[in-house]
Amino acid sequence: MKKKELKLVVTFHTTADAMAMEKACKEQAIPGRIIPVPRAISAGCGLSWCAELSDREQIVAMMKKTGIEEEEIHECMV
Amino acid sequence: MIYLDNAATTMHKPQCVIDAVTGAMGSMGNAGRGANEASLSASRIIYDTRERLCRLFGGSSPKQVAFTCNSTESLNIAIRGLLLPGDHVITTMLEHNSVLRPLYDMEKQGVALTIVKSDKKGLLDISKIEDAVCNRTRMIVCTNGSNLTGNYVDVEAVGRVAKAHGLLFVVDASQTAGVFPIDVEQMNIDVLCFTGHKGLLGPQGTGGLYVREGVSVRPFKCGGTGVQTYNRSQPKEMPTCLEAGTLNGHGIAGLHAALGYLEETGIDHIRAREQELMWKFYEGVKDIPGVTVYGDFSVKERCPIVTLNIGDYDSGEVSDALLTDYGISTRPGGHCAPLMHEALGTVDQGAVRFSFCHYNTDEEVQTAIRAVRELAQEDE
Repeated sequence: MKKKELKLVVTFHTTADAMAMEKACKEQAIPGRIIPVPRAISAGCGLSWCAELSDREQIVAMMKKTGIEEEEIHECMV
Repeated sequence: MIYLDNAATTMHKPQCVIDAVTGAMGSMGNAGRGANEASLSASRIIYDTRERLCRLFGGSSPKQVAFTCNSTESLNIAIRGLLLPGDHVITTMLEHNSVLRPLYDMEKQGVALTIVKSDKKGLLDISKIEDAVCNRTRMIVCTNGSNLTGNYVDVEAVGRVAKAHGLLFVVDASQTAGVFPIDVEQMNIDVLCFTGHKGLLGPQGTGGLYVREGVSVRPFKCGGTGVQTYNRSQPKEMPTCLEAGTLNGHGIAGLHAALGYLEETGIDHIRAREQELMWKFYEGVKDIPGVTVYGDFSVKERCPIVTLNIGDYDSGEVSDALLTDYGISTRPGGHCAPLMHEALGTVDQGAVRFSFCHYNTDEEVQTAIRAVRELAQEDE
């Protein structure tokens, strides 16, 4: 396994929300990628958006602007 | 074969739809079931299809589009998931059994039902819908277009009645989605039920419903969703709320391509062409002695359907002669619209339905006119 780093992880209620996130980030050239929800956040399945901590403000602003609803926004080792 | 049964299903699909389905069958994983590329590719195309449908129907959010197998499943979800014993619901004689049977079932469970009558041409007086509203009324459910006569229903006017009385408005768009403009906001539609395999030109086994934000539909089924695994209840958020189990990803990939085709071609163009074919056929058959055409042809806007009988011939016999003697596929019988046949007075005879797609040609229409004329002459 690769060495873990502290990342920003956004979780969602539905897969549709995660897809909306991925699409919006791609369109606006905001870096990051879809990963399975880390165990540290929640057991079970589901998709989350993993990004650099430094991009937090930009991501939160974009989500607010495009109406993408998160479940939670975490900082955790991924 | 000359295929004139497009109101049942459009048989000729754009090549891009066929390519998308076969492509998906070689590359698509299970949507929302993991972050591997195959699964993500399914999730992406399914989400993009929600966006295209939301755009087509003037919705506010792609999340409000849930996928089902067809209109029937969508209507069952809407009707069973919104009505409660003690409620009153209003529908019309124009409806397909996909509306009527769930309503009859709800009637057994204590829902009061009013069915607004149409005239002998299958026309609806919308003021009669308003007359039927009482203090227990919770919902109006009606079709956007009769699958039997092709009469178009002004759902915007019905929507105004629903809004004025604070009622839920559920629309069956089986015959209109992909052909007529639909705007859920402008028409005040709370739940729009559609199928993918007719005017939307997608594969059979695709369909869905658009649910207005804030309208809460009780889930019809629960199960695996790929999210909230340790929650004992079905997630409450749309669209997951109404989607348990693996989606028809391969079919939805086809629907995605079909929606792209519709956006490129333009539904106004498609409707104009289909109506042109319908009117040509209607003009060619309406004055043939012995031919009775059903429905209202006094208005320009109607679904591309012409339904007729020849003398008192069994409609099944006429449809069979059209197939065996001329290679023309039509639909005889009851068309799952029992009350509409009651209104037209055709319960015993049934009727022969000719329904058009923009892929049909003028030559095909001329052949169909000639066939009806020759069969009617045999009757003389």
